Amino acid sequence: MSRLESALADLRLADTLASRDTALSRLDPRAKIVTTIAFLFAVVSYERHTVVALLPFLLYPVALASMGEVPWRWLARKLALAAPFAVLMGIANPVLDRTPMEVSQGVTMAGGWISFGSILLRFALTVTAALAVVAGTGMHALCAGLAALGTPRVFTAQLLFLWRYTFVLGGEGARMATAREARGGRGSPTLAVYGSLAGHLLLRAFERAERIYRAMLARGFDGEIRSVRTLRWSPRDTVFVAGWVAFFIAARAVYLPLVLGRLLTGFGG
Amino acid sequence: MSDHLVEAIGLSYAYPDGTTALDGASFRVAPGESVAIVGGNGAGKSTLLLMMAGLLEANAGEVRIGDVSVTPGSRDLVRRTIGFVFQDADDQLFMPTVQEDVAFGPLNLGVSAEEAASLAATALDVVGASHLADRPPYHLSGGEKRAVALAGVIAMGPNVLLLDEPTAGLDPAARRRLIKLLQAFEHTRIVATHDLDLVLDVCTRVLVMEGGRIVADGAPDAVFRDEPLLARCHLEAPLRWQG
Repeated sequence: MSRLESALADLRLADTLASRDTALSRLDPRAKIVTTIAFLFAVVSYERHTVVALLPFLLYPVALASMGEVPWRWLARKLALAAPFAVLMGIANPVLDRTPMEVSQGVTMAGGWISFGSILLRFALTVTAALAVVAGTGMHALCAGLAALGTPRVFTAQLLFLWRYTFVLGGEGARMATAREARGGRGSPTLAVYGSLAGHLLLRAFERAERIYRAMLARGFDGEIRSVRTLRWSPRDTVFVAGWVAFFIAARAVYLPLVLGRLLTGFGG
Repeated sequence: MSDHLVEAIGLSYAYPDGTTALDGASFRVAPGESVAIVGGNGAGKSTLLLMMAGLLEANAGEVRIGDVSVTPGSRDLVRRTIGFVFQDADDQLFMPTVQEDVAFGPLNLGVSAEEAASLAATALDVVGASHLADRPPYHLSGGEKRAVALAGVIAMGPNVLLLDEPTAGLDPAARRRLIKLLQAFEHTRIVATHDLDLVLDVCTRVLVMEGGRIVADGAPDAVFRDEPLLARCHLEAPLRWQG
């Protein structure tokens, strides 16, 4: 299997994982969306040098991943894939912000390093939560949930097409890579070969996309993707949303970080 | 609808690059008839099918279903009447489970979720794929995918089935099952294919295409005996007649 093929299979795992019957997949997608949005707001609402106070929020992605039985290695791989973006966002901080800040008794660090750490932590928290929700819900159910919450259909349909065509484009690319290797192509292609490959890939993906779109039209597609799977809100969903939102509020409202901070400084000295 | 004729009248089409795909193709298909369209690569078979389903507009000529001309305005009626099974089932299947995929068409026709689920169950039963209902389509075998794609179309209750290369890429057992299925249908069937043995089993009439025109129209037994015609159209007599 080429690298591209295994990367696609890995991405497809999100749908495969979501098709299993887990505590997370049984929840209404709307409950997961609302709670995760509340989580995102809570995490980004902190002042930029916050690190310790964010730690209790780790509980949410960890709980999602274990409820959805999402493999940690899969989450870690996807997180590593996106990590360079977060590093890029924060890497200038230690240079620009050299104000010394007290971390705990007697220990000081440049403010820039602390805010850099905060960015990385927030990135890990939010991306892990989002990945776990996708893997525990599936792209189609997620879009159905978004649509039910009032997201414009144009947006949810685009998201589903993006998801579908990622595999179309990736699949075409993987076949071309295999064909090149089969005829002795090794290593990175030269720029000229690369240009030609990319051009062919684009044309083939266009043709394929057109066939897919026609197949959808032939079955009456009119811009809205309908499903027989209807959304059902159960008491379990209310408990999930209320429980977590209460936890986020408690964690945000001084009490938890303070306790945690005391606990940590207590251990530290 | 089932008693309506399907009629192509002087269909012509050239691709944007100037290649002629259809050059005045005309024929009529009676209700319940099973017709094959054969011809070499590039003879215009797929283009013709797309046009009959209203998925491609002709440069000249028209397609009529009964009294209705296939135009963007009559699209809804065409979708209800004509079912199109695409050559590559992967182009057609896209929902997360087989059941949802088969129910996609009926839902678009405006039936309720319960009714769509029951239509999907019936269609899956017809093609013998009920056991696949909860599976994701991308993990199925080629034959299973073809069966599910066919179910997705017949769930919409069409009167006319258009099939593009239905046996391409199938193993002999899956091909045999598909042939039995097509024989059992009472729909009007129009099958574009290179599989002339399938034509002998399923179709009572064959149209031979060459260069975007219909060059022969008759019973398969008679048409496939015309060796000069077959050779000119890049075809060969059915395998079972050879050797």
